Amino acid sequence: MVAVAPVTLLRTEGLRRAFGGLQAVRGVNLDLAPGEIRAIIGPNGAGKTTLVGMISGRVAPSAGRVLFRGRDITRLPAHDRVMLGIVYTFQIMSIYRALPVFDNLALPVQRRLMRTALDRLALDPRAVARGVEAALERIGLQDAAAQPAGALPYGHQRLLDIAMALALDPEILILDEPTQGLAPDEIARLLGLIRHIASGVTIVLIEHNMQVVLEVAQRVTVMDAGRVLAEGTPAEIEANPDVQRVYLGQ
Amino acid sequence: MLTVEGLQCGYGEALVLHGVSLRLAPGQVLGLLGRNGAGKTTTLRAIMGLLRPRTGRIALDGRDLATLPPYEIPRLGIAYVPQGRGLFPFLTVEENLRMGLFVRDGDPRRLEWIFELFPVLRERLRQRAGTLSGGEQQMVATARALAADPRYLLMDEPLEGLMPLLVETLLGVIGQLRARGVGVLLVEQRIDAALRAADEVALLEVGRIRYQGTAAALAADPEMLQTYLGVRRDRRHE
Repeated sequence: MVAVAPVTLLRTEGLRRAFGGLQAVRGVNLDLAPGEIRAIIGPNGAGKTTLVGMISGRVAPSAGRVLFRGRDITRLPAHDRVMLGIVYTFQIMSIYRALPVFDNLALPVQRRLMRTALDRLALDPRAVARGVEAALERIGLQDAAAQPAGALPYGHQRLLDIAMALALDPEILILDEPTQGLAPDEIARLLGLIRHIASGVTIVLIEHNMQVVLEVAQRVTVMDAGRVLAEGTPAEIEANPDVQRVYLGQ
Repeated sequence: MLTVEGLQCGYGEALVLHGVSLRLAPGQVLGLLGRNGAGKTTTLRAIMGLLRPRTGRIALDGRDLATLPPYEIPRLGIAYVPQGRGLFPFLTVEENLRMGLFVRDGDPRRLEWIFELFPVLRERLRQRAGTLSGGEQQMVATARALAADPRYLLMDEPLEGLMPLLVETLLGVIGQLRARGVGVLLVEQRIDAALRAADEVALLEVGRIRYQGTAAALAADPEMLQTYLGVRRDRRHE
């Protein structure tokens, strides 16, 4: 038998979600290839966060299916999807503000190590510390390990949030507006980080900073009013008159 | 005139501002720029009375603000768009906007102008603010501050989460406010946008103002942009 690498890592079929009378997502079909960097853009309120919420399992669809490696995971809760490797970072941060930066990172590192540890009680604190140090180094916050996370400047809190997600060693990493609150040089560092991890991780990036989208994304999906308005390469999307009208304002 | 003189301020033991001085005139847009941790948000919080200065003076038309309780400051005509929006998530959009109106005279006619600026908010009036998308929440935070009909407006990264079209809308709003004689103190990480909106800029570094000048002069000085803001000449991410 010949093993064939799957062309589609994650697929959504006719995904819908209503909140009361508001149709946030109205039938979205999406195919993610392994290792791609996919940007999702669109007007504020287009349904981007709701869509990735259904992919990560935080939001239950009203209709449609989510398939991961061909397996139907539509009913799988978010924490089980994390164990499969589907990890989401919130647009609004979810760090433990009162805990030191080190402890914030130790939590996901432990969780990752537990996936493979035979005996959970035998989890080696030195292995956790090594994992935390590697995660700190990725984001350049080595000097901040002992500080309470809530005392970090806002932009660094966002980097910590992403580092926590990365420490889970995801297969699909969903980043919801990761450049918010970052200074230009921090954005450059984050882009370097995204490119670096993209060799082994599929990245879904919700982002309004078009320069960032143009620079890192391989494909772009444009949502408007709960539907896919367009999909293509960054250059195709930038030149699309519909996208210019509803989103770019050119 | 809103003036800050020799402001020292911090949290617990840590001093964040080491003597910051600023002047904001009516109809002026002053960009307050600097890296994360430089003290931009702390400066805004101190002006709003949310942090007490250790030393230094904050005054509106000569009147000392530093001794006033925080709720008095918006009533004097200083409105604030906090970073991270600071909405009341369980109140509706309309109720959040009424909070803004309530700070002054409560005149709902001001909402009409706000709906012209952000038409989508009219459709969202009955929706709880916490259920809006991130960018929509940002619009509500700005709209709530505008509902207070401010003479001075302090904005902490108001472009965060806004789509490109709305970034242009908001820059247009700032221009309209300037034309109406409102003084705007704009903290922003999108340096290109800030330089377009601002007349003057002040660069903060580790709690000190390192540079003050026109936005045009800073825009033409790549070395300064690189040193204090981390903006590279060849590659800007705005």
